[in-house]
Amino acid sequence: MGTGTELGRVRGLGSAKEGAHHWWRQRVTAGTNLLLMLWFIVSVARLPAYAHADVTRWVASPWVAIPLVLLIVSVFTHFRLGLQVVIEDYQHDARRIAALILLNVFTIGAGATAIFAILRIALTGTPK
Amino acid sequence: MATARPSRPRSPHLFNGPMRLHYVWGPHMTVSILHRATGSAMATLGAVLLVWWLAAAAGGAESYARFLDLFTTDTGALNIVGWVLGVGMSWAFFQHMANGVRHLFMDVGANYELKRNKASAIATLVFAPLATIALCAYIVGGR
Repeated sequence: MGTGTELGRVRGLGSAKEGAHHWWRQRVTAGTNLLLMLWFIVSVARLPAYAHADVTRWVASPWVAIPLVLLIVSVFTHFRLGLQVVIEDYQHDARRIAALILLNVFTIGAGATAIFAILRIALTGTPK
Repeated sequence: MATARPSRPRSPHLFNGPMRLHYVWGPHMTVSILHRATGSAMATLGAVLLVWWLAAAAGGAESYARFLDLFTTDTGALNIVGWVLGVGMSWAFFQHMANGVRHLFMDVGANYELKRNKASAIATLVFAPLATIALCAYIVGGR
């Protein structure tokens, strides 16, 4: 194995077997985002009002809670993949690693909070 | 991992002189950087607002009232923060969505002809503000 150029070090190692995986998941979630976000915007726009009771009654319906959880998964997966590319373009070396870890913590933390909130409203009814 | 990199020409080499670009700026470049900007804005600010809204609703009437209070006046109408975030996030979504659909066509190898590519880029820039106005008009006045 060569020790000189970056190309020399990877020659002969074969494919990493996941070259298109990131790209493909970004496209698949783009499609599911398109459907789920259009549903979300139309559905929220058609709410009669935005008081606490209106919103929790809306979220509590299984016809809303289930697609809303799916929306969180799809949208958060999509933006995690997108922000990863932004970070890889502008950050290098140790700062890139730190930024990517922060990105994962943010995505999973925010996503878990959102899904817990939806399930709490849907499964326990309107909190007092 | 190579830590010491040789100094190389940087790509893309943008500037020819002070504020003089090497190439003519076009609408395809505008929608490209807007795609990244709107995506990044929605992924950070938009995601926080969405999670905050859901968590505030799940926390009960009191926490939801505190959330609403930041974006509305005493009469219940949107205040300036509510308007800026509402219009901004709606426009960002429609711009990102329209250009995202344009990119899906390019992913299957279509729409690379110069004129049609430029026309579709301009179309996303026209669509996003119109869709934002339509959505705001429906939510504020349409019901």
